[in-house]
Amino acid sequence: MPATRPLPELVCPAGSLPALKAAVDNGADTVYLGLKNDTNARNFAGLNFDDRTAREGIRYAHQHERKVLLAINTYAQGGDISRWHRAIDEGAELGVDAIILADIGLMEYARRRYPALRLHMSVQSSATNYEAINLAQELFDIRRAVLPRVLTLDQVKQVIDHTRVEIEVFGFGSLCVMVEGRCLLSSYATGESPNSHGVCSPAKFVRWEHGSQALGARLNGILIDEYQQGEAAGYPTLCKGRFEVEGDTYYALEEPTSLNVMAMLPQIIDIGVAAIKVEGRQRSPAYVAQVTRTLREALDAAGREPQRFSVKPGWTQALSKLAEGQQQTLGAYNRPWK
Amino acid sequence: MNTLQLTLGPVLFYWSRDDILRFYSEAADWPLETIYLGEAVCSRRQQLRGQDWIALGKELAESGRRVVLSSLALIESESDLRRLRKLVENGELQLEANDLGAARLAQQQGRPFVAGHHLNIYNADTLALLQSLGARRWIPPVEMDRDTLAAVLQQFSRTGQPIETELFAWGRLPLALSARCFTARHYNLSKDDCQFRCLEHPDGLRLNTREQQAFLTINGIQTMSDGCHSLLPHLAAIAAMGVQALRISPQWQHTAQVIAGYQQAIQALHSPLHTDIDLAPYADSRLVDGYWRGEAGIAALGETHHAHS
Repeated sequence: MPATRPLPELVCPAGSLPALKAAVDNGADTVYLGLKNDTNARNFAGLNFDDRTAREGIRYAHQHERKVLLAINTYAQGGDISRWHRAIDEGAELGVDAIILADIGLMEYARRRYPALRLHMSVQSSATNYEAINLAQELFDIRRAVLPRVLTLDQVKQVIDHTRVEIEVFGFGSLCVMVEGRCLLSSYATGESPNSHGVCSPAKFVRWEHGSQALGARLNGILIDEYQQGEAAGYPTLCKGRFEVEGDTYYALEEPTSLNVMAMLPQIIDIGVAAIKVEGRQRSPAYVAQVTRTLREALDAAGREPQRFSVKPGWTQALSKLAEGQQQTLGAYNRPWK
Repeated sequence: MNTLQLTLGPVLFYWSRDDILRFYSEAADWPLETIYLGEAVCSRRQQLRGQDWIALGKELAESGRRVVLSSLALIESESDLRRLRKLVENGELQLEANDLGAARLAQQQGRPFVAGHHLNIYNADTLALLQSLGARRWIPPVEMDRDTLAAVLQQFSRTGQPIETELFAWGRLPLALSARCFTARHYNLSKDDCQFRCLEHPDGLRLNTREQQAFLTINGIQTMSDGCHSLLPHLAAIAAMGVQALRISPQWQHTAQVIAGYQQAIQALHSPLHTDIDLAPYADSRLVDGYWRGEAGIAALGETHHAHS
């Protein structure tokens, strides 16, 4: 059947104003960004937006008729959650096109205070099934949900077929092997997690140890991996280290790999996915430009001629240079990966 | 000060049907306020099916125990949802909702439920919202520290609508869930053909760092801590905070001794006599309580886990 569906929105990361402009200039339909604090899940030093840069970014995107989403996707912590409320207030006041929220308590606040504000359910909400999504739809009128990177394509379709909420899926970037919002490995090792602090395996806990034989990568003292001379060393994200299980030392949880769904674009369009998200607010403007340009081309090609779509070698080449660990996978969308 | 009650969490590992039935026939005699039952981790684990869990639950309930059915924490497929609906519709036993979808189904049935720790309740507003959907008890995220919990409970008390709080007090910490099965991966099997190797690891598979530091536990699609979380040293403060119940997470051996130890420690709270209870012999890994103290979860009882130089 020829795809009569509209093309999914291409949603690209903006960790900074230059990255936002790079995404817009290279064909993103939508960009997403966070504020400079722990209300968002990429709370890294030197990243994100203050009032001035947010205003300029929104002006730039809107001038080019693109949308801007504000991610407030950590869980509001403890007795005083005014920081999260202020972030929502700020988003509403700035005139973003939607706010991405993880915490259902915050969804309730946003809906009550700003009845017209468009709300998206963050991937950090761990909503993997339509019952969870429909609950948020009924209670808070959420318009879109971002699915965790754990479902097969058939399961994604099942969700789409049973909800009025638009469905956004991850298309490219670092692969989170755990269900987002349900992973506390980082706080077990360091005290700080994506849910509580907006960080995973935070840089301030990383220490590189130069030995005579090997380079050790530690996170809060815990050895995440060790590299012999000549081996490419990666950032010690703790689920992507090599560990020992019953005498075998290997990537016990996941190899350093990037998700890349390019080969599946016609099916993704066909089942009615509303938006494809690129991970990487921590990435450089050059990275964002390259990934956005490549996915824009691929998506347009898949939309024009779905039957004849094939991944062009040039696209693969462009993306593989950027991929984490130089490897790419279809992840959970492709059942054998599981 | 209210008296702390003990509960038995669902068995998070994969045990054979016989072992499960034997475990619960013993558990029926332990000093427990509530027993949680059911498969909360992996939909492929079917030694007991939904109907079996419900039947076992009803049997235990007849002996006077409060029984709650724990739902699967990661619901991916339509068959997962079908099983969930059966659990919710059992008509008698309460549900522990470990997913928002489960909370929705319980609400639609007008049935009160327990809000499990996977629901990520980190503040009083979110707790009040779950209460409005029917939650009568909640389990805070296992990473929540005492100061945050105290602040949430303090804030929540202003609503004037009391809710029961239960803490994950003993056992390997359930830290993460994945679509991928790490036990199958260890054996170079695909998840769809996992050969149920989890049955060979009734307390999970140890994962060590490359310098042999015990770090995590692989339990199928779940990743747990290696360290055994223990709130035993903190019972007085916990009781004073207004917490009602402490969850003991089942382990392959010595669960009875752990429960007896906690029971003794709770009784000692109300007695002037000093008792010194040591449960370390009943854990097969190091005891940790870092989360409770606002440290890294891996920090051992009373220790700060700083990067060693």
